[in-house]
Amino acid sequence: MNPANYVVLAAILFTIGATTVLVRRNAIIVFMGIELMLNAANLAFVTFARMHGDLSGQVVAFFVMVVAAAEVVVGLAIIVAIFRTRRSASVDDVNLLRS
Amino acid sequence: MTVGALGVLTDLAETGRTSTGEEVLFWCLAPVMVLAALGLVFARRAVYAAMSVVVVMVSLAVLYVAQEAPFLGVVQVIVYTGAVMMLFLFVLMLVGVDASDSFVDALRGQRWLAALIGIGLGAVLVGVVLRAGDMVPIGMAQANARGNPEGVADVLFSDFVFTLEVVGILLITAAVGAIVLTHRQRLTRRISQRELADARVASAGRLTPLPAPGVYARSNAMDVAALGADGRPLEQSVPRVLRVRGQERSVDEVHAQMPPGVGTGSTPPERAITGEEQVR
Repeated sequence: MNPANYVVLAAILFTIGATTVLVRRNAIIVFMGIELMLNAANLAFVTFARMHGDLSGQVVAFFVMVVAAAEVVVGLAIIVAIFRTRRSASVDDVNLLRS
Repeated sequence: MTVGALGVLTDLAETGRTSTGEEVLFWCLAPVMVLAALGLVFARRAVYAAMSVVVVMVSLAVLYVAQEAPFLGVVQVIVYTGAVMMLFLFVLMLVGVDASDSFVDALRGQRWLAALIGIGLGAVLVGVVLRAGDMVPIGMAQANARGNPEGVADVLFSDFVFTLEVVGILLITAAVGAIVLTHRQRLTRRISQRELADARVASAGRLTPLPAPGVYARSNAMDVAALGADGRPLEQSVPRVLRVRGQERSVDEVHAQMPPGVGTGSTPPERAITGEEQVR
């Protein structure tokens, strides 16, 4: 099997994640789409690490996971804070700055 | 599951080229992952979307192990499915499971345009990868000679040690930021119980507690509405969450499911109770 299949799978997952971010309204599901994109990038990193026989790719994937965890913590805190004031988790309802 | 799969999969993944076992594994997992990922786009309920993401992430962990990255596979299960997705589920429960998506476009045609852009992005990415031609993997046999976690640690604490420290600072900042963001400062005066009671009486709404659900003849289930004095089902007796999810049952449905002869005392109504009846 050509290992490019892994990269193709990563590209498909990335696309689905990006489409989720564009299509869905629920802020939490949008966040899950971002997580899916990060995971797809990780799969590509691991595949490239194997192709080159170099562990740097796996280390970078590890850093991506850490940054994703930090991002999720802050993002979900923002969602909770917005939900408390607006009683809504929809990204369309957050239009305070609209004049 | 991962621990059991670990030994098998590392045997499967021969260094340098992909083995038949790995090919079978890939073609079993890849469709499942793509279908689960599509569930994220199409699932109506946020909890279903979260569970499909969990499926994708566990499958990714298996693929990591197959690709000679067992350390990352374990970290994927612990960090992503264990911590991140559970955090998502916590927030989903906090925000409310009934916070369903609105399917009204804020901008006209935005949804279709977004789908088109998504398909275009996918076509470009897949096209680029396929044009890259045949890739021959070198394999991790040399890099993993002393074991994968040891190899990762060597690289992590030599070449990437500065990045590691920056990432540590980032994590602390994120934790403090989350605490600050979710900390609620009291902006208004605390309302006393007396004032609450007065406001409730002044609002001329319902003063008594809500009726209990399902106190009807043969069923005392939570999902069946109680019948009022006038014989009509009382909608508000069913818990709000069940009503929002559409999981409440009408009296007729309960009767339809009853086998004849079961239970004594009451007889099934001769006609359907719809709530349209005239009040006697």
